[in-house]
Amino acid sequence: MYVAVKGGERAIEAAHAWLAEERRGDPALPELSVEQIGQQLGLAVDRVMAEGACFDRGLAALAIKQARGDLIEAAFLLRAYRTTLPRFGASLPLDTGAMRIRRRVSATYKDLPGGQVLGPTFDYTHRLLDFALACDRPGSPDPGRESQAPGLTAAEGNAPPSAPEAPAKAAAMPRVTSILAQEGLMQPETPGEAEPPDLTREPLSFPADRPVRLQALARGDEGFLLGLGYSTQRGYGNAHPFVGEIRMGEVAVEIEPPELGFPIEIGEITVTECQMVNQFAGSKTEPAQFTRGYGLTFGHGERKAMAMALVDRSLRAAELGEEATAPAQSEEFVLYHCDNVEATGFVEHLKLPHYVDFQSELEKIRQMRATALREAAE
Amino acid sequence: MQDPETERNAARRRWMGILARASGAEIAGRLAAAPALPAHRRLRGPETGLVMARGRQGGDGAPFNLGEVTVTRCSVCLEDGRIGHAYVAGRDARQAELAAVLDAALQDPARQPALLAAVVEPLATFQAARAAKDAARAAATRVQFFTMATMR
Repeated sequence: MYVAVKGGERAIEAAHAWLAEERRGDPALPELSVEQIGQQLGLAVDRVMAEGACFDRGLAALAIKQARGDLIEAAFLLRAYRTTLPRFGASLPLDTGAMRIRRRVSATYKDLPGGQVLGPTFDYTHRLLDFALACDRPGSPDPGRESQAPGLTAAEGNAPPSAPEAPAKAAAMPRVTSILAQEGLMQPETPGEAEPPDLTREPLSFPADRPVRLQALARGDEGFLLGLGYSTQRGYGNAHPFVGEIRMGEVAVEIEPPELGFPIEIGEITVTECQMVNQFAGSKTEPAQFTRGYGLTFGHGERKAMAMALVDRSLRAAELGEEATAPAQSEEFVLYHCDNVEATGFVEHLKLPHYVDFQSELEKIRQMRATALREAAE
Repeated sequence: MQDPETERNAARRRWMGILARASGAEIAGRLAAAPALPAHRRLRGPETGLVMARGRQGGDGAPFNLGEVTVTRCSVCLEDGRIGHAYVAGRDARQAELAAVLDAALQDPARQPALLAAVVEPLATFQAARAAKDAARAAATRVQFFTMATMR
């Protein structure tokens, strides 16, 4: 029986009004601007762009503000917004080899061409809370204090000293995988310029090709992929990975508009790329060599890129003739569950009224108990 | 020696790329010191949409869809019939329209030198300086390994 449920409108309005107030917090404190979120919570913005599958710092920052810092909710808002925009086309494939590098490290070669460039990293920090960041400083708004240091504006108040600079050599930074490929020890990628399938246009179907898997992983939940990647290291799947290379920096996005007939740059985006190098014992047709797991993500998202690379490699089990027994090697398991917007939808739908469904369950349980009691009494 | 059309396209590709990396405010700032732009009529936009950014599997294999990027495009027509186009990442409508008008005006040999000198080259210099600063900061974080002598 279907019962139309009405009467929640006023409660919903009141709930949303309260939500708006909670989002703003204490109005005596200055409101966060979208620019502040973009600048000072930049890695949250990067994560929302990656999982929202839409590169736009301003929109991602706005989504974070509106979602009160709930990054999955923010990714959902961004995904919803993107559906309102027309698609102009696709870019030429990004050339991550030509990246303007801000960070590039390799765990396989110490002295590789271009060197180990640490960039702005949390690595080697001591993970001690820095209470200096919580201190009242000149320029930090503090209604309790009478005056600020004279002549110091909020804008220049909390600036750390500028980072050192060193002469930059214009040396190329070849990919580590190409160094191994020169020796023939790295399995080459299948070349091709085929139009890749697009998850935003066609639903998943199995078996899924590697381009589909990579798209799903690129927009997949960082936490889910991190856990799966970790599981492959701990023995659920047979991974022996090395970080061939992680690089982060800016790459040019190029498109070829039909009205021009030649490619143009439309700007630069920040991406993180991870090449995981994995042993491969060889098969009847292929000699022993290294194989790749590949991770690429919008923004500075190293953990995500690494997790993606681990899972990409483990999903290649079937293709490489390896035994597939672990969750991270099952493409249906991974691809159906890695999208946090989809997962949220199905988990959270349980909150919706199931009154009639539940009523029938209730009746059934009562009936079963009554039957059992009657039988026991007989 | 390249044919003239390839050369023209290369020059156009360069200024379109530079204008795409500059904000609307930066372009407008440069225009203050430039000869006035000709009147134009909008043919399309400025309108915001998406471009699907593609990567390559393994960095150098077959393409895959990474995710979308917001893009604003604009096409304009000058009184002399020259048509300018712009596609710029982001949602800056002013940037897209200015870039389209400049693209049209820059195709006019009479206007090109002054606009290149007043707008495009200063923006290119600014962008190169910004990139050089990042490169210099990255270079300062490059590890200089030294080998420890074994002590007995």
